Amino acid sequence: MFPFSFEWTWETTRMVFMGGLWYALGILGAGMTYCILKAAIDASKGTQGNSHH
Amino acid sequence: MDSALIPKGVKRCPMWQFLLGLGIMGAVLAWGVYAMLLCWFKGLNQTNMNDYYGFALWIWADLAVIAVGGGAFFSGLLKYIIGKDELKHIINYAVLIGFICYSSALLILAIDIGQPLRGWFIFWHANVHSMLTEVAFCLSCYFAVLTIEYIPLILENRQLDKVPFFHNLSHNMHETMAIFAATGAFLSFFHQGSLGGVAGVLFGRPFAFREGLLIWPWTFFLFTWSAAAYGPSFTLLITWITEKVTRKKLVKDNVVDLLAKISGWMIFTYIIVKMADTSRWAFITAPGLGQTLADFYTGNDFYGYWILFAEIILGGVVPAVILISPPLRRKPAWRVTAFILGVMGVSLNRWVMVLQVMAVPIMPFDNWALYIPSWQEVATTILPVAYGVILIMISYRYLPIFPQEVELNPIQDESPAAVEAETESTPDLQPAKA
Amino acid sequence: MKNEHNDNPPVMKFGMAIDLDKCTGCGACMVACMSENNIPFKEDESDKLVSITWMRIFKLSNGKSFPDTDICYLPRPCQHCEGHGGHSPCVSVCPATATDYSRETGIVSQIVTRCFGCRYCMGACPYHARYFNWWDPVWPDGMEKYLSPNVSPRMRGVVEKCSFCFHRYQLAKNKAYLDGERRVPEEAYQTACTQACPAGAIVFGDLNNPEHQVHQIVKPDPKHGGRSQNPRAFRLLERLGTNTKVYYLSSREWVRRSGDNYLEHEKTGQASQPHH
Repeated sequence: MFPFSFEWTWETTRMVFMGGLWYALGILGAGMTYCILKAAIDASKGTQGNSHH
Repeated sequence: MDSALIPKGVKRCPMWQFLLGLGIMGAVLAWGVYAMLLCWFKGLNQTNMNDYYGFALWIWADLAVIAVGGGAFFSGLLKYIIGKDELKHIINYAVLIGFICYSSALLILAIDIGQPLRGWFIFWHANVHSMLTEVAFCLSCYFAVLTIEYIPLILENRQLDKVPFFHNLSHNMHETMAIFAATGAFLSFFHQGSLGGVAGVLFGRPFAFREGLLIWPWTFFLFTWSAAAYGPSFTLLITWITEKVTRKKLVKDNVVDLLAKISGWMIFTYIIVKMADTSRWAFITAPGLGQTLADFYTGNDFYGYWILFAEIILGGVVPAVILISPPLRRKPAWRVTAFILGVMGVSLNRWVMVLQVMAVPIMPFDNWALYIPSWQEVATTILPVAYGVILIMISYRYLPIFPQEVELNPIQDESPAAVEAETESTPDLQPAKA
Repeated sequence: MKNEHNDNPPVMKFGMAIDLDKCTGCGACMVACMSENNIPFKEDESDKLVSITWMRIFKLSNGKSFPDTDICYLPRPCQHCEGHGGHSPCVSVCPATATDYSRETGIVSQIVTRCFGCRYCMGACPYHARYFNWWDPVWPDGMEKYLSPNVSPRMRGVVEKCSFCFHRYQLAKNKAYLDGERRVPEEAYQTACTQACPAGAIVFGDLNNPEHQVHQIVKPDPKHGGRSQNPRAFRLLERLGTNTKVYYLSSREWVRRSGDNYLEHEKTGQASQPHH
């Protein structure tokens, strides 16, 4: 839910809850964006990451 | 036929055998899908739920798969955050099992709600004070984490790995996995907990209600703890079943032993706290509301004191003792017995916290309500099992799920008898670098 | 409404007093409720676990054999729990804010167009006052013409419950506004069950208003969570802390004791420590 939803109220519990949610989503989104962009750049440069095992 | 897709250095059963297995499980899946469509198109009148049993078989299945699926987040936490590096040999499978459990849980929820098309209301009109809101948010987010953890495994398929972008993506995701795993552990702590909170906050139902810490009832912490404790046992049980079905050793004993030991100590500590919680509830909370244990465990044909014994002693103390004792733990028969008892114990706990909560009468003039699920409920509950088996079959066949498989099953050492059913393997297979 | 904001409207707490010694169990309240609120019914209503009865009558017995046997009928609408500060069992658990506690009227609402049918509220309600629409409503031919235009029929897959005939409050409030009255008069807002009861066993009104009959009967004690000061009165499962607004009256001790759970040695009316 976003602050512009009509039910939104600026109360502590709501801010903590939604803050935690957006924080987690932000990490996941930023992490995946980083991985995809880096992979695309590396692939275009022709570099290969090392094997991870 | 599909040898180009099979990981290097391993053998898989012939195609016909694989397809036969898929066909059998597919038939079960189709049965479940048919029941699911009945529920979606005709409504929940297809079930035997009623106004006393708003929560029934599905919600139990949901809570149970999430509890046993806890092996994924806890193994991830142990490997990436605490640094138990040996677990890298089983983490792939833990992730796959977790992925199956959580996707099943979300599917079950989508069937369970009366108006599936309004499911998004839980996000849009969220009541942040409801435990179920917390469950929905963290469950969906954690499913995203599991998908992120599962993707690199898919990308390691021999053919996909040849694509430079996929190879690099998989590599990058492995590199950043600790961050994803930490986020997953954070989300898991809250959704496992809030699932416990779902029952614990019901102050109108003394059977479920628990006091707690701040806004969280004790069941919040007990659920998180039990998922972390029993989840690895489930991962190991499924690994053992997979080894029996494939007739191969897939994970080394030291890895199994380590995870079994951790699971054992977690169950041991959990069950002590669970006993303390049960005692407090039985001797203080419930009597404070005018109820006794006899109100909860007598006067009906099913729920008796046996269920307390089965959950806490048989499904808690016994597996804990077996798994923390090195000589017992190292004997496969004892170890597997402990896993089975443990999974039974945690599933029973979820059953009690959902189904028995609904069954116990609260108003003194009310009666016990027992219920028997309809075939549609049973079929839709079996659906995720069939789906899980199919996903495991496909993943095992085409992805390097078990890093130690090649080392433990060198192809040149196999006797002709063992490979008679495995004629599909290509002759130019080279053992992969482990 | 601007006027109301400026005038600080009185905080109301609509509630009921049901005299169980007067109730004959005739079921008129149930019928009136179903008709007033467009409650759907099926051809076979014998399975009470799947039939919708916002108002339901329970039959209580003292469990003794003849000649000491005694029975009592207990009508059970939604109890409109206030809990502790509006924290009623169902409102606090609804994930989509589809049920709400009104601080203006004390009524627990159900927004059926918002409900997506998770049924958590049903699990939370100890009175089984909440009902799920397992089927789409089907009215016998022609009956749809007799439905009340003031209450929307509900669709399959959502939860519904007694609203204390809230639509009647809205109509009465509008009328009071047009008439220039600040408060809704007692007789202008009465529930269908109250009016239908031939024995006059149900009294409905504002528990906060000393002029209302319900207040005079119940004499709620605000210092003790709204407990009644009438020795004949009790509330259902009061010890759970649900803080309901439906009070029952009986001169029979066994009836009052049937309203809550007690350990053997405890006296009827024994209170519990608040736990939340």
